[in-house]
Amino acid sequence: MRSRSIALVCGVGRRERGDDAAGPTVADRLALRAPAGVEVRVVEDDILGLVDAWTGRQRVVLVDAMVSDAEPGTVRRFDAKAEALPTVLRAVSSHAFDVGAAVELARALGRLPDSLVVYGVEGRRFEGGSPLSTEVERALDGVVERVLAELGGGGATS
Amino acid sequence: MAGTVPRKLRVEVLARIEGEAGLDIAVKRDGRVEAHLAVFEPPRLFEGFLRGRDFREAPDLTARICGICPVAYQTSACQAMERACGVTVGGAVRDLRRLLYFGEWIESHALHVHLLHGPDFLGYESGIHMAADHPEPVVRGLRLKKVGNDLMTLLGGREIHPVGMRVGGFWRAPRLEAMRAMREPLLRAIDDAVAAARWTGTLDIPEFERDYLFLALRHDDEYAIVDGRLATNNGFDADVDAFERHVVEVHAQHSNALQSTFDGQAFLTGPLARFALSRELLSPRAKEAARELGLNGPCMNPFRSIHVRAVETIHAAEEALAIVERFEPIERAYVDVEPREGSGCGASEAPRGLLYHRYRIDAGGSILEARIVPPTAQNQKSMEEDLVRWVGAHPELDDERLGWTCEQAIRNHDPCISCATHFLRVRVNRE
Repeated sequence: MRSRSIALVCGVGRRERGDDAAGPTVADRLALRAPAGVEVRVVEDDILGLVDAWTGRQRVVLVDAMVSDAEPGTVRRFDAKAEALPTVLRAVSSHAFDVGAAVELARALGRLPDSLVVYGVEGRRFEGGSPLSTEVERALDGVVERVLAELGGGGATS
Repeated sequence: MAGTVPRKLRVEVLARIEGEAGLDIAVKRDGRVEAHLAVFEPPRLFEGFLRGRDFREAPDLTARICGICPVAYQTSACQAMERACGVTVGGAVRDLRRLLYFGEWIESHALHVHLLHGPDFLGYESGIHMAADHPEPVVRGLRLKKVGNDLMTLLGGREIHPVGMRVGGFWRAPRLEAMRAMREPLLRAIDDAVAAARWTGTLDIPEFERDYLFLALRHDDEYAIVDGRLATNNGFDADVDAFERHVVEVHAQHSNALQSTFDGQAFLTGPLARFALSRELLSPRAKEAARELGLNGPCMNPFRSIHVRAVETIHAAEEALAIVERFEPIERAYVDVEPREGSGCGASEAPRGLLYHRYRIDAGGSILEARIVPPTAQNQKSMEEDLVRWVGAHPELDDERLGWTCEQAIRNHDPCISCATHFLRVRVNRE
């Protein structure tokens, strides 16, 4: 296996499904600014592959869309190492295994990275073919900055 | 059986990209059982919007029907178009097509055996719950799945919805070193698949047999996957173009999906059907594993499909290795396909069963008509009959256990909805 960077950022979601593109869009912006030693990936489908992707990493940050009662564009930070992800991050997955399930599978197998932080961005629309909503678009630069702060070692606040 | 306590079981409808499914089971006072499995299949929509598209677009468009078996859709679509245009793809390009398809089998079967179906037999709600107590099979499943993913990436450019295939073959040939790099992972995958088969042999499988009518592709020289003739276990043998003369789709009132019959009977496609019709053509270690599992002839117990899937995974890994080892670099991985007015059909063996496509195109290559019959729709009636017989045979089970085993009976056939079945909620209402 090729040697792995100690840090990984995953933008999870589908580009062509409205606000589900939040994760991939953040990953695109981070790819241009990520510090050395940080790998940035877009994960559109194979959520179970995350378990393998973060095996052996020290620090992993995931960005995904969420659906809760919050205002669209709201950003929440979750420490997935400390506790299971809430269902708000599991509501918009169209897969057998969503991010929350991948986290719990990795936890059960003892394969969580040393640090696993998940940023959820509240979405407004997820129709196929629709673009990002204005609210989510406006929130994403802030998410990029917070993820960069995470990677710099400073813990971001909720 | 007069005096039976009437019961109703309901599985709530679930939406997933592969479709929606609901299950209603009613036990009548006279002992009769009714089971309605309603599956919504997106391919119906695809048939509509394929009209007017270019014939070369069919593989990539139809691949989007299913995130688990896109190669099946691409393969059936390519073959239907090639047949419409009077082209046959063989030799090294056909080998690559089989290799990509084996990747899909490994990926799909490994996921189903270890994370979707296996937990049922050990009494776990999900693969995640099972992982805490039984990490080894889960890790093995993930490792196998990754080898399948790697084959998909090698030939398709990416793990999900690969884009390497085209009508006539592949956009580009794989490099020799990339093919050779798959040798070690495939050797490991064979060992893992053998271990998986042995693990399935330790599971407590319910006693239950059905007299199925099996339908699968059969090939003279190989355990059919990318192509073959239509065959059943009652002696039927015909070219794929006979499919629509025998398989009739009817609309059941309780379902948005069409239900299929073969000459008027419910039938089953998938691993049990393939095994019944072609088991003598399995690879050596797959045959050996089948013997170890006591699969000495056609298997009529749907709960044992987990055994057959594990055996097929060994076969897929062994055959994939053989293709990788004999591969020699090729300049061009496709044959030219020029459109002409006409119709063509194609069928291949998706992990969960036979997938049939037919297209009619005009002289310029525009699609005039599309017909797609996915395996889940074909199996739906047999799945309902399984449930009727299972429920009828087990009046002693309490509601919770009955609901659990009914879900398990659905998962036996790895329908497209299986990606959601561990989240199915069964409600039992007594009349």
